[in-house]
Amino acid sequence: MAAIIEVEDLVVRYGSALALSHVSLSIEAGEMVALIGPNGAGKTTFVKTVAGVLRPASGTVAVGGSLGVVLEGRQLFNDMTVEDNLRLGAWRSRNRDPARVYEVLPDLRGKAKQLAGNLSGGQQQMVAIGRALMSDPDVLLIDELSLGLAPKVVAELVEFITRLNRERGMTVLLIEQSARVALGMCDRAYILDSGSVVTSGASDHLIANGVVEGTYMGTGTQEIIHD
Amino acid sequence: MTEFVQYLATGLALGCTFALVASGIVFIARVTGIVNFSQGIFSVLGGLTAASVVGAGLPMAVAVIVALIVSVVVGVIAAIVIMGRRSTGHDSSMIISLGFGILLYAPMVMIWGDQPVSLRGLSGTFSLGGVTLSYQYLLIIGVTLLVFAGIALFFSKTYLGKALTASASNPESAEVLGIKVRRMGVIAFVIASMLGAVAGILLMPIQPMAFNSDVSLVLNGFAAAVFGQLTRPGRAFAGAMILGVAQSLTAGYLSAAYQLPVALVILILVLVWQSRRKVLVA
Repeated sequence: MAAIIEVEDLVVRYGSALALSHVSLSIEAGEMVALIGPNGAGKTTFVKTVAGVLRPASGTVAVGGSLGVVLEGRQLFNDMTVEDNLRLGAWRSRNRDPARVYEVLPDLRGKAKQLAGNLSGGQQQMVAIGRALMSDPDVLLIDELSLGLAPKVVAELVEFITRLNRERGMTVLLIEQSARVALGMCDRAYILDSGSVVTSGASDHLIANGVVEGTYMGTGTQEIIHD
Repeated sequence: MTEFVQYLATGLALGCTFALVASGIVFIARVTGIVNFSQGIFSVLGGLTAASVVGAGLPMAVAVIVALIVSVVVGVIAAIVIMGRRSTGHDSSMIISLGFGILLYAPMVMIWGDQPVSLRGLSGTFSLGGVTLSYQYLLIIGVTLLVFAGIALFFSKTYLGKALTASASNPESAEVLGIKVRRMGVIAFVIASMLGAVAGILLMPIQPMAFNSDVSLVLNGFAAAVFGQLTRPGRAFAGAMILGVAQSLTAGYLSAAYQLPVALVILILVLVWQSRRKVLVA
């Protein structure tokens, strides 16, 4: 099957500081893949580069479909209503009716007229995901799904994303600090540390190699067993 | 009492002229976060352009269209120069906006000279209950109300208005959604420039303008915009009315020489009050 996201030898710099060093990864259509790493690993830089906000110093990013992005910390337009946030998610699309998002996220319908900034963290994450879905993406890129959310809320979000992947065949790239969430949800993962992919493979294999503890506890590469 | 009502009515009309200039400042600040101190130059340029077209024997409608076309061109140039590069901060842009206005002094002096130019407006006055206002002031009040209602509707009801607000609210998020934030900034400058030109054309019949008339225009407009924390059109409008009435009462009961100091004192008081409020909230 052809790759829907193909990143080759990606290098990103902030001035003279190296944020991503020769990162390569490949994701096939319909896959659910995680990119896991501790704070400062370069995860958000990776997201912004794939989303086209940052320009790479070298290397290539090829996305073979439309991309919906959920940024770290939700990044909603807090002084706008939920409905306005959703409609703006369809900026590139002709269909700006949020009804299709209300179908999959019915809780949002009742909050349509509320200001996004007044919602709880979990509700805001739902809006952020709904806003990304408004562009009818082939690929959903989520930066820190679980950040700052209660385990019950995270479990609901994981279930929802998994359903999107299984029922709609939507490709999901999950960028996560919490290895437990990411490896429990995705079949495959890449481990990013200090701007480089240090290992990758099937989630079961990574867990068996003791990688979970190294990344989940945020202790960096010293506990990661390289392939 | 009649005297007081007269000053009040004149003050409200004067406030509308401040509000028109403030509307452009608010428009740009709301979308780009930049305080554009060259907003007054858009008014001067619009007024002087219209005066030249009318002076050439063409109708006022043509003069307005030509002034708006010129303002669109200048608005685009101002946007590119003032917004600068992606890395240009808002403080830098604010300073650049001051320089941009001064830079335009030279070509304006070359074209229109350094003496104030006037424009023929509506003649005659309107009286009601002992209060008299010129028809030109009534026109200004009417246009100002339309402009502010239009701005409120534009930001609250239109998709483009919401995208413009989103660009200021969270530029990174807007970019990810495909909203070109810099393009939104250019649109904001163009609309603000057109609002400035309208203000200049309406003001010129009651206040002849020279190349450097932008200073007093932007001072009053900025003071009004500060009432609305530079981003809220409704509060900026209310601020402009307070300023206008305060200046009119000052001129009526004291001296016209104190009008500008009154504006400055009110501006300082509002800035101090807003900063104290921010500290208390924090």
